[in-house]
Amino acid sequence: MFAFIVQRLFQAVLVMLVVGLISFALFRFTGDPVNNMLGQEATIEQRQALREKLGLNDPVPMQFFKFLVNASQGEFGLSYRVGKPVEELIATALPATLELVFVSALMALLIGVPMGVYTGLKRHAPLSRMFLTVSLVGVSLPTFVIGILMILVFGVWLGWLPTFGRQGLVDLGFWETGLLTLKGWSFLIMPAFTLALFQLTLIMRLVRAEMLEVLRTDYIKFAKARGLRNRAINYGHALKNTLVPVITIMGLQVGSLLAFSIITETVFAWPGMGRLFLDSIRFVDIPIMSCYLMLMAFFFVIINLSVDLLYYAVDPRLRAETLGGAAH
Amino acid sequence: MRFRTGLMAAAALAAAVAFATTGEAKTFRYATTGDILGLDPHINNEGPTNTMKGNIYGSLLHRKADLSLEPDLATEWKAVDDTHWRFKLRQGVKFSNGDPFTADDVIFSFKRQTQEASDMAFALSSVKDIKKISDYEIEIETKGPDPILLLNMPNFFIVDKKFMEENNAVEVVKGAGKTNWANLHANGTGPFMVKEWVQDNRLVLERNPNYWGKDKLETNVTEAIFTPIPNDATRVAALLSGEIDMMYPVPLQDVQRLESDPNVKVQQGPELRTIFLGMDQWRKESLDMPGSGKNPFLDVRVREAFAHAIDLKAIHRVVMRGASTPTGEMIAPGINGFQEDLNTPYKYDPALSKKLLKEAGYEKGFPVTFDCPNDRYVNDEAICTAIVPMLERIGIKVTLNAQTKSLHFNKIGSASGNNTSFYMLGWTPGSYDAYNVLQNIMTMDGAGQGAWNCGRYSNPKVEQLTDQIAVTVDEKKRNEMIHEAFKIHKDDVGHIPLHQQALAWGYRSDKVAKIIQRPFNDVDLRYVTMK
Repeated sequence: MFAFIVQRLFQAVLVMLVVGLISFALFRFTGDPVNNMLGQEATIEQRQALREKLGLNDPVPMQFFKFLVNASQGEFGLSYRVGKPVEELIATALPATLELVFVSALMALLIGVPMGVYTGLKRHAPLSRMFLTVSLVGVSLPTFVIGILMILVFGVWLGWLPTFGRQGLVDLGFWETGLLTLKGWSFLIMPAFTLALFQLTLIMRLVRAEMLEVLRTDYIKFAKARGLRNRAINYGHALKNTLVPVITIMGLQVGSLLAFSIITETVFAWPGMGRLFLDSIRFVDIPIMSCYLMLMAFFFVIINLSVDLLYYAVDPRLRAETLGGAAH
Repeated sequence: MRFRTGLMAAAALAAAVAFATTGEAKTFRYATTGDILGLDPHINNEGPTNTMKGNIYGSLLHRKADLSLEPDLATEWKAVDDTHWRFKLRQGVKFSNGDPFTADDVIFSFKRQTQEASDMAFALSSVKDIKKISDYEIEIETKGPDPILLLNMPNFFIVDKKFMEENNAVEVVKGAGKTNWANLHANGTGPFMVKEWVQDNRLVLERNPNYWGKDKLETNVTEAIFTPIPNDATRVAALLSGEIDMMYPVPLQDVQRLESDPNVKVQQGPELRTIFLGMDQWRKESLDMPGSGKNPFLDVRVREAFAHAIDLKAIHRVVMRGASTPTGEMIAPGINGFQEDLNTPYKYDPALSKKLLKEAGYEKGFPVTFDCPNDRYVNDEAICTAIVPMLERIGIKVTLNAQTKSLHFNKIGSASGNNTSFYMLGWTPGSYDAYNVLQNIMTMDGAGQGAWNCGRYSNPKVEQLTDQIAVTVDEKKRNEMIHEAFKIHKDDVGHIPLHQQALAWGYRSDKVAKIIQRPFNDVDLRYVTMK
C-alpha cells in the first residue's frame, strides 16, 4: 500500500514535468507579454530590453529549464501583470476556488445520488419523469448560459442574491473562508449551483442506470426471497454496489469542476484561480500560467490517487485480493 | 449585553460626529472590465491604472474634464526662456500620511519617474533637469524648446520622498526582480487615499483628510469601491440589480435595455481614441503575394482605392449602432493640433475605387490578409468583418485574421518586424497633442519614432515637419506645420482613419446625481456627485 502511494506520487512528478514542458511550448502562441507590460509610449529599444531581461529571447527548453531550477528552490517569480509573487497571488485565489469546487461537488452528490436512487426505484413515477426531463437541461445548456440566467432571475428580477463577487469572508489566518457566514453563502450559492448542475445531472443519470442494472441481478432477487426489507435491499445492497463507478466518475469530475470553474468564476466575477488564470492568459502572464498548470496537474494526480484509495474502502473484493496476494 | 449596547451607542455617536463634520457618508461603487496593475504611479502606463493614480496622487497640473489644465500642486508657472520654466508650488500641502510636501518631493519624483524601468518616463522625456529654487519654487530645464511641456504635466505624479526612502522603494521595479512596496501602498496628495486593495477583487478608496483642496471639491463621495467585473453580462446585471452604482463600458447591444430601466441612465460621449487602418508601405513584395515581386500598397492609387471603398457611415450605423464619430483625421477633436477642415472622411465611392485600381494595374484585384484584434476596441472584429465585403466589392480578396490583442499587437508590432500587410489599430495620444501621433504613427526616421507605425509610412516632408514641430514653441507657427504634415499624410493616404468610438457609461440615476465624463474611458472621482 505504501509502495503504491509512493509510486503514484512519483508519477505525479512526471505528469507535472510533462505538463510543464507542453505548456511552455504553447506559451509562445499566446503572444508577447511585453506589449501588455509596457505602455503604448514605450520605444522599440525599451521593449527589446525588457524582453531580454525576462528571458523571452531564450529558446523554449532553456526557459523551461530556468523555470524548473527556480521552482525547485521555491521561486516561482513575479507576475508580469501585477508584479506580486506568484505564490502569493495563487494563495489568495486558491481558497475561493477550492470552496467553490468543494460545495459544488457536495451539492452534486447530495442532490444527485438521492435523485438517481429515486428515479431508479420508481421508474414510472411522475416525479421521476420530471427529474429526467429537467436533467436534460443541465446536460445540454452550457455553464455560462445557466449562470447568466440565474443572475437574471435571482439577482436582477427577484433581487434575492448578490450577482457577483465573494464577500462575507472570515479570515482564519491561513485561509479566508466564506463558509462561516450567511453572507458568504449568499455569494457562494449561485456559482456553486451553476458549477454543480452538470455533475448533478450526470451523477443522477449514472446512479439511476446502475441501480436499474443492479436491481436485476440475482443476489437482489435472493435478498428479496430471504424476506429482507426493501430498505435494506435498496440501500444496503443495491446502492452500495452502484457506488464504485460513481466514485470514479465523481473523482474525474472534481478535476473537471476545477477546470470548468474558469467559466463560472468569470461569469460571477468570483476571485478564484480560474479567473486569475484567464486574466493571466489575456495578459500573457507566463509565471502565473505555468504555476497554475503545474498545480492543476498535481491536483489531478492527487484526485486520481484518492479515488484509487477510496475503492479499497468501498469494494471489499479489492481488499481481499490484496490480502490474498500478500499471503502467497 | 448592556456593555455591548453602550459600545454601539458610542460608535453611533462617533459616527454622528463624523457625519456632522464631513456631511453625509456617500459610498460610490463602480466597476469596469479589469483591475488596475498597481499603485506605484511610476511603473505602468495603462489607462485604468493612470486614472486611479489621478484619484490618489497629485501632479503639478491637473487635467479638467474639458481637457483644460488647472493648478494642482503648482499654483503659478511661467516660461523664463525657451528651455526654462519656473513653477511656484502650493504651500501647506500634506501627503495622506501627514508628511509635508516641498520642492524636494518634486525633484525626487522627477528622478524616480525618469528611471529606465519607468513606463511613465515618456511624460518627462523632454526634461533635462529640475532644480530647487526654494522649498516652494522649482525650475524645469528642458533639453530643447518644448512646446507641450505643460500638456505632459498631469502625467507627472508626485510621490513622497521620505515615505519612499523609508520603505526602500526608491527604485522602480518592473517585470522581473523584487516586488515593490510602492506598488502595494500609496501615499499621495490627491483627494482620495487607498483603504484596502484586494487584487482582482476590490479597491476601496476613502477621502484623504489631508487633501489641500477638500473644501473646493465637486464630489461628495466619501468612499469609493472599485470592482473589476470581466464579464459584460455580469456587469450589466450588477448595475440592474443595484449592487453597483456605475459601470463602464456598457456593451453597445445593451444600451437600449439599460435605458429602458427607469433607475438606470446611459451616458454617451465621444472618446479621444481614433481607430484606423494601416497598410504595408515598405516591403518590395507583399506578404500575401509571394513571388510576384509586387506590393500594391506602394501605389498611392491603391491606398486611395481602399479609402474610398470603405463605407464609414454603414459602420457607424450598423456595427457601432450610432455610437461612434466617423472621422477623416488621425486625431480627435479635443487633441491639441486638431484641424476641422481635415476631418472630412474620404468619400465613399466604390466606382472611383475600381477606377483607381484599374489605373494602378490591379483591375482584377489582389489578395491581402487583414489583421484585426478581437478584444481590444469596441466591436473591433465586427468592424473588420464589415470591411471585408466592402473591399471584396472592388475586387480585393481579403482574408480576415482576427485574434486576441496579445497576438495581434505582437504580429503587427516591431518585435516581429511589422509582420502585416493590412491592419487595424487605435491610438490616443498620451500627451493630448498631435506631435505624439506624428512621432509614433506617422514617421519612421528619428530615434524613438515610429514605434507603432506598423506599415512604416514615411514621407520626407512629414519627417522634416515633425522634427520641427517638436521644437517650435510659437503656437500659431506650430499649428500651421501640424496642419501641413497632416494634410500631406491625408493626401498620401498614409493610414485610413475610421472613427472615434463613443464612450458608454451606465449609472443608477436613483443613486448618482451627476458624473462628468472626460473624453477618455476613465472615472475621475472628483467629478462624481451622489444623491
